[in-house]
Amino acid sequence: MPEPRTDDRPKRSPFKVSVSQLVVAALIGGLAFAITVQVRDDDTDDYSGVRGDDLVELLKSLDSANERLNGQIDDLTDTRNGLLSSTQRSQKAQKQAKQRAEQLAILAGSVGASGPGIEVVVQDPNQQIDAAAILDAVEELRDAGAEVIAINGVARVVAQTYFLDDADQIRVGGREIKRPYRIEVIGDASGLAEAVRFPGGLVDSLENRGASVIVTKKDKITITALADVKSPEYARPTS
Amino acid sequence: MIPVIGLAIGVIAGLVFQPTVPTDLQPYLPIAIVAALDAVVGALRALGERRFDDRVFVVSFISNVVIAAFMVYLGDQLGVGSQLSTGVVVVLGIRIFANAAAIRRRIFHA
Repeated sequence: MPEPRTDDRPKRSPFKVSVSQLVVAALIGGLAFAITVQVRDDDTDDYSGVRGDDLVELLKSLDSANERLNGQIDDLTDTRNGLLSSTQRSQKAQKQAKQRAEQLAILAGSVGASGPGIEVVVQDPNQQIDAAAILDAVEELRDAGAEVIAINGVARVVAQTYFLDDADQIRVGGREIKRPYRIEVIGDASGLAEAVRFPGGLVDSLENRGASVIVTKKDKITITALADVKSPEYARPTS
Repeated sequence: MIPVIGLAIGVIAGLVFQPTVPTDLQPYLPIAIVAALDAVVGALRALGERRFDDRVFVVSFISNVVIAAFMVYLGDQLGVGSQLSTGVVVVLGIRIFANAAAIRRRIFHA
């Protein structure tokens, strides 16, 4: 602190620059610089003014909080892992169920199907082919590995399908089938074709009845005809 | 006029360079600032009473800063650093208030 001085010195002009004024300016500038630096530094470092005991307490509380949070992390990680594995399990089960549902849907004829196979066209000018002959043909095709069978593009042949003679017509699963009969089969094309052309096989037995049969192998057959799916009224699954 | 320019330059330099306080200086800088503020407020009072003297200001400024820093250093060595810092700040604060009161009385006559 400047001590009071008793001598009366002549007042200097404020615009006259002297060395001592420059020194005063430098000191004040240094003070301003230091204050600015310290204030900015305080913004970044909150703990420089905290005493040791307080710091120890702070550290302890942070340690315990850290421990608690670590425990929480472990718990939550366990939960997450459990959920992940159960999700994976249920995804797997869902995938299997979907696959199974697709298989069953094709078997039951509730969805369309496509794949390689053969097309058997039966010309029957003498009207000698009856329901039993068609049923025989279907049985032979099944024997040869047919997976999906449809007749004339309207009647899908599944386990429940019945064949019926009805006044000069044939009914397959309730649907009227007109001549010529066109049987579309999905399965191993070459195996099916050989099986139907086998001596004494499908082609022979149909031609013996005066029909002409054309068998065509196809790379892709698309069957859109669906069977009427009825839910069983009496039967219940045992498992 | 020149000191005001020095003040402006100091603030601008602090804002522009944004230096971090060296760790060795960290305990002393706040006390040194308070001590320097005491010197500045005393100088303002002397200015108001038209008996300001450059030499006295320079000497009191530097000695205030050095003594304050030395006391903090001594306190740290003796293990009473925080208490001694508090004491220094209290004394300097009282002096700043006293000088401010003198300035106030001179300006407002109250």
